[in-house]
Order: sequence, then structure tokens, then C-alpha cells
Amino acid sequence: MSARVGVVVFPGACDERDALLAVDRVAGLEAQYLPHVERDLKGSDAVLLPGGFSYGDYLRAGAIARFAPVMERVIEFAREGGPVLGICNGFQILCEARLLPGALLVNEHLKFTCRQVLVSVEGTDTPFTSGCTTGERLSMPVKHTTGRWFAPPGVLEQVEAAGQVTLRYADGTNPNGSLHDVAGVANEQGNVFGLMPHCEHATDELTGSTDGLRLFGSLATHLSAIPA
Amino acid sequence: MTVTVPDVAQAEALGLTAPEYERIVELLGREPNGLELAVFSLLWSEHCAYKHSKKLLAKLPTGGERVLMGPGENAGAIDAGDGLAVVFKVESHNHPSAVEPFQGAATGVGGILRDVFAIGARPVAVLDSLRFGDPDTRRTRYLLDRVVAGISSYGNSVGVATVGGEIYFEPPYEQNCLVNAMCVGLARADRMVRSAARGPGNLVVLLGARTGRDGIGGASVLASAELDESDHAKRPSVQIGDPLEENKLIECCLELVERELVVALQDLGAAGLSSSTSEMASKGGVGIDIDVAKVPRREPGMEPFEVMISESQERMLCVIDPARLDALLAVCRRWETSATPIGVVTDSDRLRVFDGPELVGDMPVPALVDECPLYDLEPEEPANRLAMFAEQTPGIEHGLSATDSLRAILASANVASRRWAFEQYDFVVGSRTVRRPEDADAAVLRLAHDGLDTGRAIAVSIDGSGRRVAADPYVGAAEAVCECAANLACVGAEPLGLTNCLNFGNPEKPHVAWQLTRAVEGMAAACRAFDVPVVGGNVSLYNEGPEGPIYPTPIVGMVGELPDPRRVAGAGFARAGDAVALIGPFRPSLAASEMERLRGELSPDLPSFDLAAIVEALAFVREAVRAGRLSSAHDVSDGGLAACVAESALLGGVGVRIDLAPLMGRERIDAETALFGEGPGGVIVSGPREHLMEISHRARGVGFLALGSVGGDAIEIAVGTARIDLSVEEAGGLFHSGLPARFS
Repeated sequence: MSARVGVVVFPGACDERDALLAVDRVAGLEAQYLPHVERDLKGSDAVLLPGGFSYGDYLRAGAIARFAPVMERVIEFAREGGPVLGICNGFQILCEARLLPGALLVNEHLKFTCRQVLVSVEGTDTPFTSGCTTGERLSMPVKHTTGRWFAPPGVLEQVEAAGQVTLRYADGTNPNGSLHDVAGVANEQGNVFGLMPHCEHATDELTGSTDGLRLFGSLATHLSAIPA
Repeated sequence: MTVTVPDVAQAEALGLTAPEYERIVELLGREPNGLELAVFSLLWSEHCAYKHSKKLLAKLPTGGERVLMGPGENAGAIDAGDGLAVVFKVESHNHPSAVEPFQGAATGVGGILRDVFAIGARPVAVLDSLRFGDPDTRRTRYLLDRVVAGISSYGNSVGVATVGGEIYFEPPYEQNCLVNAMCVGLARADRMVRSAARGPGNLVVLLGARTGRDGIGGASVLASAELDESDHAKRPSVQIGDPLEENKLIECCLELVERELVVALQDLGAAGLSSSTSEMASKGGVGIDIDVAKVPRREPGMEPFEVMISESQERMLCVIDPARLDALLAVCRRWETSATPIGVVTDSDRLRVFDGPELVGDMPVPALVDECPLYDLEPEEPANRLAMFAEQTPGIEHGLSATDSLRAILASANVASRRWAFEQYDFVVGSRTVRRPEDADAAVLRLAHDGLDTGRAIAVSIDGSGRRVAADPYVGAAEAVCECAANLACVGAEPLGLTNCLNFGNPEKPHVAWQLTRAVEGMAAACRAFDVPVVGGNVSLYNEGPEGPIYPTPIVGMVGELPDPRRVAGAGFARAGDAVALIGPFRPSLAASEMERLRGELSPDLPSFDLAAIVEALAFVREAVRAGRLSSAHDVSDGGLAACVAESALLGGVGVRIDLAPLMGRERIDAETALFGEGPGGVIVSGPREHLMEISHRARGVGFLALGSVGGDAIEIAVGTARIDLSVEEAGGLFHSGLPARFS
């Protein structure tokens, strides 16, 4: 039986259909939508917060979505060790919800940027990267205005020391000016992971690359190893 | 501005003529009150009534076996097979963007999306055609930066991919920039809705945002008169966009259509409630009573006429069976979209406006929609076609070496890479984008909708050259159709349908009337040659600033289909060792070319061409792409053959070595014309030598010239005794810094 991945749908989400398509392409995973108004994860084995512009990014990216009813359950699920993946806007929401360290600021050049980038896998101790090798390069698109990861002195060193930096932009490809070229970070336990690159838009040769499947494939393997 | 005691002077202030006012009095059988006059002034504006263009547009072919919806509906629809329809339209938002570029462009995108989902189609792609003035002025920097930011902000947040477009810089657009947006959507062919109100007793329900004072009178104030010095005072007439509201409204409307809850659906665009109610009533042959007191307001104290003509964004109007109201309200609640019954369909032919119990307006629908006087144009060819336009500023001198000329062309704002702009757009959302901007001549999207992936794809292109239409409106407009068809052929797509936006000056002036007439005739001839129907579009007239009119700019958006997206050729050379050839009856000329523009001199004598030969050549290219014989295909356009070959080299990151002697011999032209001359009907292809050899044997009559081969790290072009030799690295630097150097 496939493991169920709940894709949260916030008002203003844009990439939730893409996330659903991507998850359903992976053997062993099956996606279902989780409406933002329901305090119910519908038995999901993992939760995905998709990209987009939840609540129009009004106030601050992710700041309103973080208070949506469904997030109460997502936060509980994360604290219980359930795998939670945040892509782009989802990453912003996870930082706003304090499930991940640091914050995402407006890009250094202040503009929205959509381009293919290379990231290098730095940490393989998460359910999302366990199938990758350290130093492996993945090609995925980024598209965001607010993607510059930042952490204050102290926190930054702590995050680095704990090996929570999971993805870094490859040399010279940092598209937003993030600290230490951070493209994705995990929490200390490794079960919550956020990244700016859109792994769900890298699951089909025809529309780009398939490197995002390395992350989804890791998740499938991880979930299949857990007794139901 | 309360309108209480109307008279002719007031009618004229609202953009009507004295005879038009008299006609309104005659049709009503009395003087109109203020609200009625406001409604008439908008519905009888050029923007809504097409009073100077309707007769002319009848010359365009609109029919075809696969046309599901033609002009007159919110957007055109073509049968795409497998039960799907492809829905598309292009529309202008020029004057609002010239006055307030960010919101003008943003709401231009919002408006064209609504036209598409009004039919029940999911918007899947946006393309933009932009025109600005001299690239080195402060005004152009400001307008370009804010227009691109507006498209980026709205299109990205609403979640529809912006997959293509074009940008040109020419002095005649300095004050009056052009912002045309095209949207493509996909629908299940058996679930599309029309906008005709039906069924007396049915409810009229307003969906979406609240109504405010923004955009009051946009259609008449902005869209139907020339721009002048006082434009900053018109900024309150520009609408404000809210992409989050639109995102929810799209999902809400698509679910209402999917569940067959609505009888009719229509967006609120220019002239707001006035036009949407009267057009829905007119199409259904019914009347509508609406109560403005029920319309949710954004601000207190609005007059009934303001509610009727407000152009607040993100609103839709639907007609439903009262028995389904509860089901509709439940769907709207789930999407957090406001829904308010504001009126009822009647079996009269009148649009009656109530403010609570009080009747505040009563107008016959046919008078509003059908009785606007149509005007015959009085075209007259000017003695000098180009004298009326703001002059080009010379950028380079005569006598440059061929290599230096290519350097100047590649760095030119009109040829250089558009990456600076398109990287600000989300071109991947939706998981359909097979070819990203600059990867290929046309955008390619997989034909997948609603859980059904056909395995096939659609291709989309948008194009138009005002400069060439100014030189020769008939030839220039036909060229725009050829250019789109060539872009489609390069990705292996066959044209399905076309939408256009006719951006012109004041049609009451004889020379503008002549440009408009000739351009429509040229476009019609090309559409017939390609057998491609025009299924919708938009007319934007009165595009003039204090320095004169814009270049006449008919923009063509074309949608095509292809069987196998895995075989799409890119625009860049793919492999060293591939052979390079020119296919098609390409007859280059320097007239009105980018090279002439750079020299600050334009000549009007575009060479005529054989449309049938171009149609045949493009079909040949299309079949070669579909058969998987080509590594790349890129049509010759701005900057001529030298620019085309250089672009293919830069996009592929590999050099090329060619000799243009065969072209010079065939066309009896000099070196400069062979390198930089422009004209339709030429495609530069590359592919394995044996494939091109085999193709050349079948190319009899189509025009096939072997030119050279891919390889090395320089662009080397021999042309008579002259020679271009430019490293790929240096050419790339020029090509990629052309826009950022000016606008970052």
C-alpha cells in the first residue's frame, strides 16, 4: 500500500496541483489534498506545504498561512516526528511557524527570479535526502521574491554545527543572496525540511529535469520502512 | 462628480458627439438621466462598441471546422481533440499602463485571465507583447521596470505561467507604451459556458471583489481618447489589482462551471456592471433588472451611477436558476469568494437599474448594445508614410565592418536577450511548460487538463512589428501572421487559430484610417493563406501622444498543435558537426530593418512576397521537425540572418561557420543585405548531415540552401569578400548584457 502524502491547500496556493502530480509520479506515494480550514491530516504519513502565494503573501510571505486551522495539526504532527516538507512558500510558512530555524527575506536584488539552479546535497540525515549522497548535485528551478535565507549570528553557527543545512546552491548559482548559500534546511531532528528550489517541478524530463525525484524517492523509501 | 442634469455639453464631456446624444434621446423617447447618460457613454465608446472598426473587422476570416467559439464571446475556443478545447484571447491595457504602469499592466493580466475562465477554461499560460520608447530615456526605464513588475506580481501570484512574449523599443511609443496580454486556457469542450443570459426569473449574481470608485470611466476616459499632458490627473481612473482575490475567483468559477451550476458567466471588464449586464441580456434576447443597493461596496456614499460604471477588478457576473442558489453560495463560501444576488432576468428587453425600491435608470438593451452608430473610415494614404512618426535616434554609423555591425545588432535593445524580463515571470507553474522562454521560437505546453494527459502539446506565439507596419501596413500585418506561423513551424506545430489586438492611433484621421484598413486587409490575406481563423481579439485606438501617433501595431497571437512534444526542436544549435541550412523563400531587404533603425533611417519599401510559397515552406519545416530530422530550427527575424545564426550559436553555446554566397547568388543581393536584411519566410535549421541531405532532396520548390556547419567557438560568416568573425563568448556578453546594462 502506498504511503499517503497530504498536500495542504491554502487560499492563494499556486503549486499545489504540481505537488500532487509530482507525488503521484513516485512509486509508493499517493497524494491527497488537505484543506486549510480543516484541523485534520486525514491519516497522512507525511505532509507537504506547497509553493505559491498563500494569502497573497500579504503582510509577509507565510505569516498568515502559519495561523490557518490545519497548521495546528501540522505543528503537532511535526513535533511527534512526522515528516513535513515545505517547498518555497511552504518553507516560508515553516520558518514563520518556528518549525525551522531562520527566516526568508526578500532577494538581494529585490526582484522575483525564476531560473534553473544547481544545488548540492549537504545533509543526508533526513527522510527527504536519505537516498542521496553527500555532495550530489541536483538541478531544479527556483522562483521566488522572498527566498534569501537568513539567521542571526549564533543561530547560524548552531544550524551549521548541527548539520541542519541540507542543500546549498552550487558555487556561483546562489539566486537570492542567502547566507552561506543555503537553499534548504532541516530541523534538529531532521523530520521537518524546507527548501526554496521547486523539487515538484523537477520530476518530468519533458518539463525540465527529474532530480526532484531524488528527494521524493528518499521519502518513499523512508515511509515504506516504517511499519504501518 | 454627480451627474444630475445632463445636456449635450455633458454628453460631449463624456466622449459622445452631439449627433450621438440626439440619437440616444430618440431611442429613449426622452432625455436620459445622469446614470443613463453615463451608461450610454461607456457602451457607445470605441472600446465597447468598436464603432470605427466593426465594419473593417468583418473582413477577417473567422470560421473553421474546429472553431467552437468565435468573436463575440469572452474568448475564442478551438477544438483541440480528445474532448478538450483551447481557449485564448489577447487584449490591450495600453492607456492605463501609460498612466500607472504597475497597476495598468497587472490588471491587464487580470482582465485577460477573466475572459478565459469566464468560459469555464483553466488559464494555463500568459504571453505579453510590450512596446516602449527610446531604451535610453528615464521614462522608458520607469515604464519597463514597472510594467514588468506589474505582470510579474500579478501573474506569478495568481499562479498562471507566463511563457513568452516580446518587447520592442521605438521612439513613437515614448509617451504611449503598449501592454498587450494574451491568455491561453484549457477546458473540457462539453463544459464550456457562454455569456448569454437566459430564463426569465433566473437570478443575476455578482461574484468576487467589492465595488469601489477605482476605474470609474476607464473605457471612455482612458481607452477611447488620445493621451495628453494631464494624464497624471487620470491616475484614479486606473484600476487596482488583487491577485489573491483572482486566484480564489478562478477556482470558484471553475468549480461552478464543473458542477453545472451557472446558466451564463461573464467577466466585469471595461464599463463594469453596465456592459456585463447589457451584453449578457443582449446575447440572450432578454432584459435584466438590477438593484445597485445590493452591490457590496468598498466605500460609503457611492452614487448609483458610480456602482454601474466602476471598473473594480476581480468581479464576475453569473446567471443561475434560483433553485441552485444555495449550492452556489456553498461553493463560494468554500473558496472564500463573495457572492451576492443583485438582480433578475426578465422577459422584457430592458436594462432597469434600481436603487432599493427606486427606479434610477431604464434603457432598452438593443439601444445600448446594437444601436451605437457605426462609422465608415475615411482612409487616405499619406504622401510620406513615415513622416508623421517620432524619428529614430541614430545609434551607429555607416561603414562599420560586418563584425562590428553584428556586435551592435546583438547588443541592441530590440535584439538582445529578454532574460532580464522573463526571469521575473514564473514560467513553470502548472507543470505544462515543455519549452521555456528563449529555448525555442514558440512556447510549448503539454495538452493536459483535468487529469487527462493527451500526450500531445500546444504551441503559442505572439508577434507584431509596428515599424514594419508603419512602412507598409498591408505587408507588415501579413508578416506578423507569417512570423507567428514560422515560430510555430519551428517547434513542429500547425496553426489552429489566431487572436489579434489592433493598436492604432486616432481612426478619425485619414492616414490612421488608411493604416488600419490596409493592415486588416493584409492580416486577412495571410490568415486565409494559412487557413487559420481569427477567433477573437481587441481593438485599441487613439494611441497618440503629444509627439504624434504610435506606429500602427497589430499584434497577432497564434495557437497551434503538435503531436509529440518530445520531438520539439530548440532554437539553439545542439551538436558540433551538424550541417546548417536556410529553408524557405527568404528574400531579405534592409527596408525598415533593425539595421536601418540603428542607423536612424527608415525606408518604406518592404518587398512584397509570395504567401503561398511561405505557407508551403513552413509546412515543410514543420514536417521535418515532426519527423525528428532537425537538431534546431530558428526563424530569421529582427537583425536578419546574421543575428539569427548568432542567436542559435549563443543558445546552443557552440560556434558556427557558414558562407552566404548561395543566398547572395539566388537573391542577387549585396553582402550587407544578406547579413542583416529582413523579411518573412526564412528558417535556419541544423541537423545531422545525412538528415539535411535527405531533406534537401525533397525540398524542391521550397528553397533549400546549404550554408555550413556547427562547430568551433566562434561565429564565422563569409559573405562575398567580407567576413564576420566573433567569438561565442564575446557575442554572448553583448547579447546577454543588452537589457541589463540599460535597465538593472
